[in-house]
Amino acid sequence: MEEILRILEENNKITPEQIAIMLNRDVDEVKAAIRKMEEEHIILRYKTLINWEKTEREFVTALIEVKVTPQRGEGFDKVAERIYKYPQVKSVYLMSGGFDLTVIIEGKTMKEVALFVAEKLAPMESVLSTSTHFVLKKYKDEGVIFEEKEKDERQVITL
Amino acid sequence: MKVEELLSPKVKSIPPSGIRKFFDIVTEMKDAISLGVGEPDFVTPWHIREAGIYSLEKGQTYYTSNWGLIELRKEISNYLNRRFDLSYSYTNEIIVTVGGSEAIDLAMRAVISPGDEVLIPEPSFVCYKPCAILAGGVPVPIVTKAENQFKLTAEALKEKITPKTKLLVLPYPNNPTGAIMDKNDLQAIADVIKDTNILVLSDEIYAELTYEVKHVSFASLPGMKERTILVNGFSKAYAMTGWRLGYAAAHPAIIGAMFKVHQYGIMCSPTTSQYAAIEALKQGDEDIEYMAREYNYRRRIIVDGFRKMGLDCFEPLGAFYVFPSIQKTGLTSEEFCEKLLYEEKVAVVPGTAFGESGQGFVRCSYAYSIENINEALKRIEKFVKKYI
Repeated sequence: MEEILRILEENNKITPEQIAIMLNRDVDEVKAAIRKMEEEHIILRYKTLINWEKTEREFVTALIEVKVTPQRGEGFDKVAERIYKYPQVKSVYLMSGGFDLTVIIEGKTMKEVALFVAEKLAPMESVLSTSTHFVLKKYKDEGVIFEEKEKDERQVITL
Repeated sequence: MKVEELLSPKVKSIPPSGIRKFFDIVTEMKDAISLGVGEPDFVTPWHIREAGIYSLEKGQTYYTSNWGLIELRKEISNYLNRRFDLSYSYTNEIIVTVGGSEAIDLAMRAVISPGDEVLIPEPSFVCYKPCAILAGGVPVPIVTKAENQFKLTAEALKEKITPKTKLLVLPYPNNPTGAIMDKNDLQAIADVIKDTNILVLSDEIYAELTYEVKHVSFASLPGMKERTILVNGFSKAYAMTGWRLGYAAAHPAIIGAMFKVHQYGIMCSPTTSQYAAIEALKQGDEDIEYMAREYNYRRRIIVDGFRKMGLDCFEPLGAFYVFPSIQKTGLTSEEFCEKLLYEEKVAVVPGTAFGESGQGFVRCSYAYSIENINEALKRIEKFVKKYI
């Protein structure tokens, strides 16, 4: 199971047939395992990692540190839910240390992001404070270096 | 003055390697893809590269001891013990060399007298024969066969032993066949030579790249350490080919003799590489496992691919090569490689580059991305279909 996930996480274009060969397993067994993991939401979605900076699309990403008051009986989950339901919020993590939630948000402009924080996030009852950091450049995401060269640089040698 | 006539006849007698031939063409050809290169496609893991950079920043740019850094030899000793259950003293049983290749050359020059016979299982890596000749020895090939999974058998070995036999080369895991020798296979060889004075050069450069089974070092067999010259290095296990770093481990008398050749010919191995290698040995076990797992995936894909297109392909359990038989196509190895390159633009290496017994086979490296391997298989299948 874990090995199938590791392969798919790296490249979801690899077919179950090929995974079966790579792991020396039966194709049907691999297909069934993948289906089961999809049903159990271990596999959530097959996504594509895009370097948007190479496109015309205008957008900004911000990382917001949020301090909140946990709610009785609900802990942080309730407030996290209220935040992650906004579609412009890309990620929400509960953190240890100096603040409680990391919220990663995308917007068309800095102003749009700032307005979201001012009008939606900061006024929430349990939100104590926010601190917004704009992303200037992405070097690496999801384990992939954006500017990595893929050229085979191995030279002709006798061996 | 005719300069050609002034060259050493011994050197002139050595033919050029058959591997290079096609690759000069590949680099010129548009859209050509290759399964030809015999080195890892991985870049050296960053923490190892960084250790090299730090050593440069600290100004560690001097020669090291001729033996190699003492800390490196200690780590090599630990590593051989940890991974292969071997016990070598870092003080006088290990020498750090410029790649495994230098260690092979040193070993031959240290032990061979003129006329000594050197037994070389074939097909195998291209350097043993020329190194034996340059050292004054007489190379004696032992043909290994697909039906024996390209292993060296006791019977084949016995046939070639004469009173002049000085050295047996054991090149396992094997380039180009991908064959390995398990403990029983090795024990059978040990039984043949145990009452002789034959030395063994065990080239275990691919020791970390075995699949399904763990590598067994010939030196770990009872009584065999004394007569074994173990060669290993960093190129294959840690993807450090360009750093040119290897080592030999053997009886102090043999290492002492190799040391003499090394100190006058080479002086010492590159200092930066040695510092990087210390990091590799201390922190690199996970890198080895990661790369071996990736190679294993590719190995299964490529073996499956050749079998599905109808070619006989024995299952290689070591290194990163497959050695499919192309006899069904009716082509010689050279014809196959040349036509494949011009018709489908895929470069592979003719088996004959590794000895006459490689006729009827081609070597394909799977040190390539899965995408590259899939594309190559698709083209080779199209090609093979024309002939079978």
